[in-house]
Amino acid sequence: MKALILVGGYGTRLRPLTLSIPKPLVDFCNKPILLHQVEALVKAGVSHVILAVSYMSELLEKEMKEQEQKLGIHISLSHEKEPLGTAGPLALARELLTENSEPFFVLNSDVICDFPFADMVRFHRHHGKEGTIVVTKVEEPSKYGVVVCEADTGRIHRFVEKPQVFVSNKINAGMYIFNPSVLERIQLQPTSIEKEIFPVMAEQGQLYAMELQGFWMDIGQPKDFLTGMCMYLQSLRLKQPERLHSGPGFVGNVLVDPTAKIGANCSIGPNVTVGADVVVEDGVRIKRCTVLKGSRIRSHSWLESCIVGWSSSVGQWVRMENVTVLGEDVIVNDELYLNGANVLPHKSIAESVPEPRIIM
Amino acid sequence: MLKAVVLIGGPQKGTRFRPLSFEVPKPLFPVAGVPMIQHHIEACTKVPNMKEILLIGFYQPNEALSRFLVSAQQEFKIPIRYLQEYAALGTGGGIYHFRDQILSGSPEAFFVLNADVCSEFPLEEMLTFHRLRGNPETFLMLGTTANRKQSLNYGCIVANADSHEVLHYVEKPSTFVSELINCGIYLFTPAIFRHIGAVFQRNQQELLLEENANGWQRAEAIRLEQDVFTALAGQGRLFAYKTEGFWSQIKSAGSAIYASRLYLSCYSQCHPERLAQNRTGGPTIRGNVYIHPTASVDSTAVLGPNVSIGKGVTIGAGVRVRESIILHGASLQDHTCVLNSIVGWDSTIGRWARVEGTPSDPNPNDPYAKIDSETLFRDGRLTPSITILGCNVTIPAEVVILNSIVLPHKELSRSFKNQIIL
Ligand SMILES: Nc1nc2c(ncn2[C@@H]2O[C@H](COP(=O)(O)OP(=O)(O)OP(=O)(O)O)[C@@H](O)[C@H]2O)c(=O)[nH]1
Ligand SMILES: Nc1nc2c(ncn2[C@@H]2O[C@H](COP(=O)(O)OP(=O)(O)OP(=O)(O)O)[C@@H](O)[C@H]2O)c(=O)[nH]1
Ligand SMILES: [Mg+2]
Ligand SMILES: [Mg+2]
Repeated sequence: MKALILVGGYGTRLRPLTLSIPKPLVDFCNKPILLHQVEALVKAGVSHVILAVSYMSELLEKEMKEQEQKLGIHISLSHEKEPLGTAGPLALARELLTENSEPFFVLNSDVICDFPFADMVRFHRHHGKEGTIVVTKVEEPSKYGVVVCEADTGRIHRFVEKPQVFVSNKINAGMYIFNPSVLERIQLQPTSIEKEIFPVMAEQGQLYAMELQGFWMDIGQPKDFLTGMCMYLQSLRLKQPERLHSGPGFVGNVLVDPTAKIGANCSIGPNVTVGADVVVEDGVRIKRCTVLKGSRIRSHSWLESCIVGWSSSVGQWVRMENVTVLGEDVIVNDELYLNGANVLPHKSIAESVPEPRIIM
Repeated sequence: MLKAVVLIGGPQKGTRFRPLSFEVPKPLFPVAGVPMIQHHIEACTKVPNMKEILLIGFYQPNEALSRFLVSAQQEFKIPIRYLQEYAALGTGGGIYHFRDQILSGSPEAFFVLNADVCSEFPLEEMLTFHRLRGNPETFLMLGTTANRKQSLNYGCIVANADSHEVLHYVEKPSTFVSELINCGIYLFTPAIFRHIGAVFQRNQQELLLEENANGWQRAEAIRLEQDVFTALAGQGRLFAYKTEGFWSQIKSAGSAIYASRLYLSCYSQCHPERLAQNRTGGPTIRGNVYIHPTASVDSTAVLGPNVSIGKGVTIGAGVRVRESIILHGASLQDHTCVLNSIVGWDSTIGRWARVEGTPSDPNPNDPYAKIDSETLFRDGRLTPSITILGCNVTIPAEVVILNSIVLPHKELSRSFKNQIIL
């Protein structure tokens, strides 16, 4: 089977991280976001992954060539000259997708969940129509576009954008499976699959919804990235607890790369991921944070709800909280307080940031 | 022989020093490890022939003051007495009321010092300057240079450049008068009482004209600055001695941290034993730090610059303290970070908590800038200031307390920023 992954967005909401590398390559729980999906696809029997790219594609290409070997699959890149939205890229990859009559996956690159790819295939073959989209339940449907579908079969009636009265609590989870015939509906031009293609398919009874079990999160912005991290770590706790770190100084679900060094008298967790080659010095307290590769957290600092970008350095007795995000190679001087700071790459911070703001 | 008077005020004064003045009379608040007025007393005892020091104020006799008197007399081997005014008599009324006590033993001259200033107290230089003139009918005030804007908050002196005679004196003018300001440190001869007495007589005359007035009290309330100096100026009797040494008022709690820094920086000269040193097995010391011998400080703590650690304080592992005063009995648990703050007596700060204030230091680029002891609020908002924890406050682990004032005996349960917590 084939899968096309949409990786051509600018990832603006995950800046400053995406100023250094494309969003799909940002490590989520110590593994590039994209690799979480690709590995799950491979498990479900996918042997050819098409990446629909537009910007910063060299890095992606290089990284995925390496993975190609490791995973023993074929990965091809489909370059667009101008962003084609979420449907246009399918038309660009038409030849690859219509080589045979098998259905293929289409994925947004920045959702995280227990990927249900094998179930999707089964569900799709069972109803026999043109498309299946995965839906997930949310608590506050009025913030999203919801999917109204038949309870027992999953046949989609309609889509309602930000409903003010309750019609459904199911939203599009960004994972689809289509028959090649869907390409007859898509022109080679910027097109939104959600707004322009799905409503027509639903009207014609060709689109079905499969409800996702378990956790789901769109991790396209820092706040949700951290929430998704908590969910992912909890699912690891249930399925592969041996991958989590435990022992004195560790609290709750914590993932630590084997090459990372953690000092004495620290308290790490709950919900922390520590990347490769990270150094956490003595007496540091970290909770609900992602610390990316090569960073250093100096002694007696206190971090909550932060993302520390690659090769950054956080000084001694620094306090960082409230979704502070450090870009790549940021230096935070000793004894500072950062509250909701968004720091662009290669900055050196010498003054506290007591209220949320962007540091250019 | 010589004497000295320290004007210590009373409980209604020092409101800008709350909540710290709730627990201890402001003149006894520790600055650089010792009570504020101990610096005055020590300076006085260094003047040859100093025979007695009188503290004049309107505090009820209290334990803290008595204990201080006992220990200071022991330390300095000189009689030190507290004279209590029956009411607030102002900066001139108190010394006039107790003139017999001051004059007993016939001192040649006596110093009068405001309690709420910190200074190098160049008392001997003042004495030499005074004796040079050889006229017991003249008096001397210590002056220092302020910038034009800030001079308006002080008593302003216009002096003759050659003779140093005070030609004009005005207290807190509304427009610029002079950059030379009154330090609240004076050298008087017994003749000063004739001049204060004249003010007293005049007050009494005025009161007689009013009906039902409680004559005594009102007539005795006399301000040295407005009532006496203004009249003496231009009479060939009042002189100004200008100092280049450090000087600051201590009005707000924030200025206590600044004053501590000034005193600590001269300890290397006069009290090297009071400055903590880096030694193996001890904490890391950066710059000038005072640690009371009974304090217990973990060897992994990092202190300074400008830190004073009081009696019986406990400082845990990996604690950082900078530009702060930690009062006796307080406990800073592991990994806490305390910056620009005063931590009240017996307060506790939980692990990894951060207690931070904003310094109100004078502009470092202006050599004549003074610390602004402005009010707490500006435009209805709390101005960012040092953080002050009153006595027996409990801060839970891992929170941040920023630019806030916490009144005594509070147990906080979360972070606070820019607030007064009642
Ligand atoms: N190939 C391609 N992919 C796209 C395009 N626009 C969005 N995507 C992808 O579609 C998915 C959903 O898009 P968004 O959630 O808006 O993400 P994004 O546009 O990368 O990020 P933001 O700038 O924060 O909106 C992501 O995986 C994007 O990479 C496009 O024009 N071309
Ligand atoms: N004994 C005594 N001392 C006083 C009295 N009033 C003030 N003082 C002291 O005299 C010194 C100067 O006090 P003030 O004149 O009130 O203060 P200031 O320096 O003019 O500053 P402001 O408070 O801004 O007016 C301080 O040390 C006071 O404690 C008083 O009525 N009796
Ligand atoms: Mg977008
Ligand atoms: Mg006054």
